[in-house]
Amino acid sequence: MESQTLYPHPLSAPVTGGERPQSAARRVTSPTTESALVRRVLIGVALGYFAALVLVPLVAVFVEALKKGFEFYVESLREPDALEAIRLTLTMALIAVPVNLVFGVAAAWAIAKFEFRGKSLLVSFIDLPFAVSPVIAGLVYVLMFGLQGWLGPWLAAHGIKIIFALPGLALATLFVTVPYIARELIPLMEAQGTDEEEAALVLGASGWQTFFRVTLPNIKWALVYGAILCNARAMGEFGAVSVVSGHIRGATNTMPLHVEILYNEYNFAAAFAVASLLALLAIVTLVLKSVVERRAHGAHAR
Amino acid sequence: MKISLKLFAAAAALYAASTFADSTLLNVSYDPTRELYQQVNAAFAKHWQATAKEKVTIRASHGGSGSQARSVIDGLEADVVTLALAYDIDEIAARAKLLPADWQKRLPNNSTPYTSTIVFLVRKGNPKGIRDWDDLVKPGVSVITPNPKTSGGARWNYLAAWGYAMKKPGGDETKARNFVAALFRNVSILDSGARGSTTTFAQRNQGDVLIAWENEAFLANKEFGAGRFEIIVPSVSIAAEPPVALVDTVVDKRGTRKVAQAYLEYLYTDEAQEIAARNFYRPRSAKVAAKYAQQFPKVALFTVDEAFGGWTRAQKAHFADGGVFDQIYKAQ
Repeated sequence: MESQTLYPHPLSAPVTGGERPQSAARRVTSPTTESALVRRVLIGVALGYFAALVLVPLVAVFVEALKKGFEFYVESLREPDALEAIRLTLTMALIAVPVNLVFGVAAAWAIAKFEFRGKSLLVSFIDLPFAVSPVIAGLVYVLMFGLQGWLGPWLAAHGIKIIFALPGLALATLFVTVPYIARELIPLMEAQGTDEEEAALVLGASGWQTFFRVTLPNIKWALVYGAILCNARAMGEFGAVSVVSGHIRGATNTMPLHVEILYNEYNFAAAFAVASLLALLAIVTLVLKSVVERRAHGAHAR
Repeated sequence: MKISLKLFAAAAALYAASTFADSTLLNVSYDPTRELYQQVNAAFAKHWQATAKEKVTIRASHGGSGSQARSVIDGLEADVVTLALAYDIDEIAARAKLLPADWQKRLPNNSTPYTSTIVFLVRKGNPKGIRDWDDLVKPGVSVITPNPKTSGGARWNYLAAWGYAMKKPGGDETKARNFVAALFRNVSILDSGARGSTTTFAQRNQGDVLIAWENEAFLANKEFGAGRFEIIVPSVSIAAEPPVALVDTVVDKRGTRKVAQAYLEYLYTDEAQEIAARNFYRPRSAKVAAKYAQQFPKVALFTVDEAFGGWTRAQKAHFADGGVFDQIYKAQ
């Protein structure tokens, strides 16, 4: 989610011609008139704030996780219910990322390269999951597919299970992850315009050739970047999946739900062990993100 | 893209393989029974293997009793429900028609294989000198109890306090209402479930006294190390009956009626009764009860039927929208 506040968009930098803010500040000798002391205090406050808010709790997760020793830590992760939770969480990511890749590219392509009626409506729909509380998203699926809901009786009669089963969990995950890839692509594709595609078409390329040889290479890094964020959200989501999960141990508990269950069972060390796995995932995501950002800059510099 | 598709296919195949392995039962239960059913489920699987020569896996889902009932109503396919109070199962019968309205007559003892009561948990040395219900309404005493709107245990807590005030010499409706109102004025944190309240009190060190299920108080004592807390048994409390029931529509659809019925009947065997007693639930079996008599303090108990004319009436008068609880809680 931290990417949401990263403006200007790191991947659209070459197109807008701007540098990243930090390096710009370094090049201009003194952009502000504040004294060194004031600057240091401000930087100190900012760093202290993030240390207290992010770093210390993150370290605490690992400390708590290893409180009963490394063997207990490994044991908590190898326990069947924990393994099932890990597997289910990976399944969620493996569903959410490919689906959103296809949908995100299609939506961004349509929005950035074409004019059509209802375009702003589509943009609003893509943004909707950012605005709606995930709990509401879960409840909406209960209302639609629950036994007392609109489609529930029909589904039950045909033996189709949606909520309290894998499809419901996947739907809830998809709902909360919809914006991530599309939102990464739209500003970039809008900035790139349609010139290169038009040139390709004029030179005789087919639509698919244009897409695979011109459009896709241009958005490659933004796509990877969006997929990383989408993956992180899919694995970490709690609220929406909690409502549709049914909390069946070893069957419909994802990792975040399993953490809550272990905590409620006074099994604090095991809860933090599973939580530390999620935290590790966040760290991996951050590393991947900065690698992608650097690669993207390198690619554009050529 | 290609790799992720392959991975996806592999994950889907794995998932499908695991879901249909052997016969499973789903027991949808309330918050404090996690430890109890973990042991009962393992014991029953062994018992079923020995008697019926069949393998069975019992899955468990735990949460606030009211919200668990809601999930079953919304389609969570529970073969059996083991909830905190009869009213929550009545709701499943009334709203989703998944079992007959007279479900409680189908098993012995009001379909309640074990009982419990409501006690107080205080910090070591009992610094606020809490001995009975009257001490909970004193100024400066901070009380932890869950929210009766969402938690079954909390409704037992509330009714126990109300019943106590009614039974006091000269007790009547008005006095009981004032007493419970005063009690809730002292409540500092209102969690949504019993387990949440226990963690608030024991792990996060909030409040002077926790009103809790007897089994939950014993368990907290055990989990957090003996000597950190003391259990205080009030002069009068409520006989809490957490009932169990077969969900007919689900077991008939899934073909699990036989094993689900056997599972519920197993709860009444001495073997299961022992497990219940070891987890601090009061057993129904006279033999097991005698064996564990030392463990459970003697306390004068009244039932919901005696004091409130049954759960349906108690629920309607006290916990329904605009009921007594809403009135006293809003007035604060």
